[in-house]
Amino acid sequence: MSKLRIIANGIVKDNPTFILVLGMCPTIGTTTSAVNGMGMGLATTFVLILSNVFISLLAKMIPDKVRIPAYIVIIASFVTVLELLMQAYVPDLYAALGLFIPLIVVNCIILGRAEAFANKNTPADSALDGIGIGLGFTLALTVIGMVRELLGSLSFFGMKLSESDGMLAFVLAPGGFLVLGYLMVLFRKLTDKKA
Amino acid sequence: MEYLIIIISAVFVNNIVLAQFLGICPFLGVSNKVGTATGMSAAVVFVITLATLVTYLLHYYVLVPLGIEFMKTIVFILVIAALVQMVEIILKKISPSLYQALGIFLPLITTNCTVLGVAISVVTKEFTFGGEAHLLNLGESVVYAAASALGFGVAMILFAGIREQLELVSVPKAFRGTPIALITAGILAMAFMGFSGLV
Repeated sequence: MSKLRIIANGIVKDNPTFILVLGMCPTIGTTTSAVNGMGMGLATTFVLILSNVFISLLAKMIPDKVRIPAYIVIIASFVTVLELLMQAYVPDLYAALGLFIPLIVVNCIILGRAEAFANKNTPADSALDGIGIGLGFTLALTVIGMVRELLGSLSFFGMKLSESDGMLAFVLAPGGFLVLGYLMVLFRKLTDKKA
Repeated sequence: MEYLIIIISAVFVNNIVLAQFLGICPFLGVSNKVGTATGMSAAVVFVITLATLVTYLLHYYVLVPLGIEFMKTIVFILVIAALVQMVEIILKKISPSLYQALGIFLPLITTNCTVLGVAISVVTKEFTFGGEAHLLNLGESVVYAAASALGFGVAMILFAGIREQLELVSVPKAFRGTPIALITAGILAMAFMGFSGLV
């Protein structure tokens, strides 16, 4: 498999949000604005790349029976590193994302990639897979955030486009579900001719 | 009185699935039938209450005295994983009938983010239930955890009921499966918004 293909697969064919439908909680919970969505996507990408590389390095050493708890400990360690880094350098984003940062531990995308890719491929390929899937996730979250921000508060990446109020429901809970649902339909239409 | 406010707030106003976006994976994944949704909800109520009790005590009596609160993510997830495993073993031994009903849902719960989410919120987030913002004490934490799980159950069972009906409707091809479920969940969340301002 060519290197570029691994990355492209993560963005289109195995897109974690629109195709695999994994990690729905942060997808809906943090996309109240494009910047928050992007921040969450990048935070997850960081953990995903590091955990993919380490799990791929350690895969032969970890006995098969205890591999899931072992993976969870590896992932949780990187999440803790990320938490401390974000508290130090981007405290505003850390506050905005709140609970969803520690919850990266239970994001099924990360454990899913460890099981499906990292434990049977080389560390370099696993890093690329992490980048691809991470970018696919980041892209999806940014787009969802963009749409919700545009409809909900009439602004684009924090820039106010109009003085009037938007449709508040799109920033609140219902908008998250609705926007994701309709974007998924759109993604299916674009990628699959038969749908 | 305060406990009642906590319960109403956690079940309806700040519903864990429809307002806080936790546990959406099982919410979408195992809500095809009312029966399975009920089983899953019961297992979640059981595990969340127990897990919150244990992690709360661990946080205030082990992590805080040692000054290693930043380790809570790792410690909590391990405790939850171990606890789920233990509950499974004990249940199998003492109540095979309950195990039959809840057994298949238990392994799924480790990665259900409501459990870790509630365990972390009760020790980090300040809540205002009618009064001043404060960190919850042990009693309040356990009640809050049980009520949150109950809220998960309410959302889950309602949603499963709607999805059973949705099976009978012809839906455009591109909307089938997850998209229509998400749109339905959006409308349900809109209905739950009606509760805001209640507490």
